[in-house]
Amino acid sequence: MKLVADRLAGARGGRTLFSGLSFAIEGGEALLLKGPNGAGKTTLIRMIVGLLAPAAGRIGLEGGDAELGLGEQCHYVGHLNAVKSSLTVEENAAFWCRFLGTPDAGDRIEPALASFGLAELRDMPAAYLSAGQKRRLSLARVLLAKRPIWLLDEPTVSLDRAAQGMLGVAVNEHVAAGGLVVAATHVPLGFAGSRDLELAGPARPQ
Amino acid sequence: MSAFIELMRRDLLLTWKEGGTIGVALGFYLMVVTLLPLGIGPDLNLLSRIAPGVLWVALLLAALLSLGRMFEGDLEDGSLEVLATGPLPLSAIAAAKSLAHWLTTGVPLTVLAPLLGLLLNLQPDAYGALVASMLAGTLAVSFVGAIGAALTLRARRGGLLLALLMLPLFVPTLMFGIEAVRASALESEAFLPSFLILCAISLASLVLAPLAAAAALRFQLS
Repeated sequence: MKLVADRLAGARGGRTLFSGLSFAIEGGEALLLKGPNGAGKTTLIRMIVGLLAPAAGRIGLEGGDAELGLGEQCHYVGHLNAVKSSLTVEENAAFWCRFLGTPDAGDRIEPALASFGLAELRDMPAAYLSAGQKRRLSLARVLLAKRPIWLLDEPTVSLDRAAQGMLGVAVNEHVAAGGLVVAATHVPLGFAGSRDLELAGPARPQ
Repeated sequence: MSAFIELMRRDLLLTWKEGGTIGVALGFYLMVVTLLPLGIGPDLNLLSRIAPGVLWVALLLAALLSLGRMFEGDLEDGSLEVLATGPLPLSAIAAAKSLAHWLTTGVPLTVLAPLLGLLLNLQPDAYGALVASMLAGTLAVSFVGAIGAALTLRARRGGLLLALLMLPLFVPTLMFGIEAVRASALESEAFLPSFLILCAISLASLVLAPLAAAAALRFQLS
């Protein structure tokens, strides 16, 4: 399995953020997107998942499931948590589990919540969670359904050190199992076998 | 298919837990219909003549109140982006949410309508037609309304804009709905044609509106 970007260009609001960007990531690799604010890290991730169309070039998955689109093989964890505050932690997890995965995948909920240290908060309405706990619930989504590509946009925002470790464990297991991870970040994430991709950002007028 | 039912079930659960929206729509409907006779006076003949129109117009306005919330919550907390990566195309997502809106707004309002008909001295023969035409008509309101809800998603204070955009599209539903109720109140034979056209409008919007809403949603997500 190989995620290939070919001479990709991204633009937001008429401004070109990057162009001529080519890279390939094999299964079992993690790619860390780095670069200053506004360099186009989020734009690139949203392009991979299919929420944005590339301004030029193309992006595709070689050797994935031919019946599914690229977006359906991705877990997308963006800046927003996609957590419903009036539902409990378990109800939130159960919905994403059955919606993104298969209806009989209910046995994934328990271990996914435990992996991110949320097992004891299971019956708590999500409205009472702290920012870091909500982030953990959002990240737990990647374990609720089996998908080969994980796209994480600044996953460590408001996570404490223990939770960052939990994320590292989950990502390393996924990569070791042949999965593929693309993460935008400003801080070292401690993912094993990761490569960096530096986005320089648009040239500024002198 | 299971993802479709899952999404609908979550929306029903959310409406149930958050309360509010159903109560506001029902309260608004009750308020408008009870205040009107106070303004017009106790002329029973006049009231029973205007009853079909009043019941339908007030129902439409009450349904409009909650229409704007259809996609708003999911956009604000990021759920919409994640829903878009799921197994359903955006049109099926719009259809599931429209159906959930119909079940939580259209159906309760339809159940309340016959009770309010009593207050307006609606002719006894017209109750069946009232319920049947409203069940069919509110389906079109929820589905066509989804287009407006998706279009005005990022507009601040989009509520009034939504009403301005959508009210013209609701006129056919309104006209044939009122006509069906009025015809059966007068025991004329015009009930069936009006009711069938109303059903046709609903069936057409059931198929076409999610496609239009999906196009608007795709634009809002990018």
